[in-house]
Amino acid sequence: MRNVYVLGVGVTKVGEHWDKSLRDLFVEASLNAIKDASITLNDIEALFVGNMSSGYLQGQEHLGSLLSTWLGIPGIAACKIEAACSSGGMAFHVGYMSVASGLYDCVLVGGVEKMTDAITKDVTVALIMADDQEYVARYGASFVALNALVYRAYMYKYNVKQEDIALFSVHCHKYAVNNPYAQFRKEITLDDVLKSPIIADPIHLLESAPIGDGAAAIVLVSDRFLEKYKGSKDHRIKVIASTAATDTISLQDREDLTTLKATKIAAEKAYKMAKIEPKDINVLEVHDAFSILGVIHLEDLGFAKKGEGWKLVKEGQIEIGGKIPTNLFGGLKARGHPVGATGIYQIAEIVWQLRGEAGKNQVDNAEIGLTQSVGGVGGTVVINILKRER
Amino acid sequence: MVESVPRYWRERKYLYRLIGSECKKCGRRYFPPRKVCLHCKSTEMREVKLPETGRILTYSIVYVSPRGFEKYVPYIIAIVELDDGTRVFTQLTDIKPEDVKVGMRVIATFRRIREQSKDGIIEYGVKFKPI
Repeated sequence: MRNVYVLGVGVTKVGEHWDKSLRDLFVEASLNAIKDASITLNDIEALFVGNMSSGYLQGQEHLGSLLSTWLGIPGIAACKIEAACSSGGMAFHVGYMSVASGLYDCVLVGGVEKMTDAITKDVTVALIMADDQEYVARYGASFVALNALVYRAYMYKYNVKQEDIALFSVHCHKYAVNNPYAQFRKEITLDDVLKSPIIADPIHLLESAPIGDGAAAIVLVSDRFLEKYKGSKDHRIKVIASTAATDTISLQDREDLTTLKATKIAAEKAYKMAKIEPKDINVLEVHDAFSILGVIHLEDLGFAKKGEGWKLVKEGQIEIGGKIPTNLFGGLKARGHPVGATGIYQIAEIVWQLRGEAGKNQVDNAEIGLTQSVGGVGGTVVINILKRER
Repeated sequence: MVESVPRYWRERKYLYRLIGSECKKCGRRYFPPRKVCLHCKSTEMREVKLPETGRILTYSIVYVSPRGFEKYVPYIIAIVELDDGTRVFTQLTDIKPEDVKVGMRVIATFRRIREQSKDGIIEYGVKFKPI
């Protein structure tokens, strides 16, 4: 396998973009990434775009052809990559494979989701498509409710209080204040979270990632590309692991409802591939679609014992200066969660940290960062690990 | 979602009668039935009638529903562990949300599940209620 580097990243602000379409958002993010990489559109050989719900929400499939057309580069190889909420992470994984294999030297990987074209009950239908339609969605399950099943099982099994889990949302909002691309640049208190309306008991509105639009893109290149590359190579970031794993699509087939087994499998493979241990990670982006998931991910990724992830949050260990600085751009809760784009936002954020471009939320001298992208209630998990090379 | 009669019709045996499958090699049971055992990967599976009683493993009360379920809000979804250990995803009925408890004993009951639309078919199946 050949070495693969991130040469450029670009994003749009996450939010309610009433005046922009799915294609507008993706073109904006892509042109930002191409500019950041100091390459031209003609350098791109392939495009992999993560997206979950364009078919349902926009009636639009065939995003590979659509977006390469609107980027002005039809002719390249291009397709949509779908793995529910981990579509972005999976698009990166596929892009990584395509460069590592030697097939391509310069590819664009991205993600886009345009959610606010629809009203909430239709977005709710779109999101539950991540689970079994015949035997789960049929009974009126919402995606939030599935995570609520996990939340209740966790509190019951480990005897943990909701206020200790809900702190994860407070943490994310605190860091989003300094992220110009975040959907909510506003601090919230634990009291705000616990007094917000319940969407699916016990999950409150402010424990849940919001509905929003956004797109993010990344330029991935090979060693061979860098040999001919005229720009400065100092800002390149090496991909030292990219792995994916699946678990049963529905919760009732799992022995333990409080662990995402796919996280453990993908993480174990990723640590081995990168030849590192969890303690070597300087900065982390986890898929906190709900407060409880943020807590569970800290455990499954190897940073806390089962049932004790919330203690890391409470003790300040996921802050800058803590044991494992986490979600320093606001995470899904406050940066926002434009589903298929989220996994790419996470990677862009890690790249900014490793380049020293994270502004007020910079972790000093960050060298290695990990992103975790989760599809469904852990039916798919993609892990990507990046490293600064100078 | 595209409305469909055959998609519902072909599952009716399992939806109506709680028929699952049992692995002939390791004995593990599943609902709905499947061709490959998740545990031992055996493809020798047989259909079995699952027990109709069990206990609530975990549940949630849905306040914001997908399209089509608005008029039932708030309703309760749950994972029930049947007396033989098989777990099923279901809705609870005949109980107020505030009275539901983890571990509560429940029994299967035949109910309306959803209506595809004003012009579509009405789907029936199994929900669970307190014993």
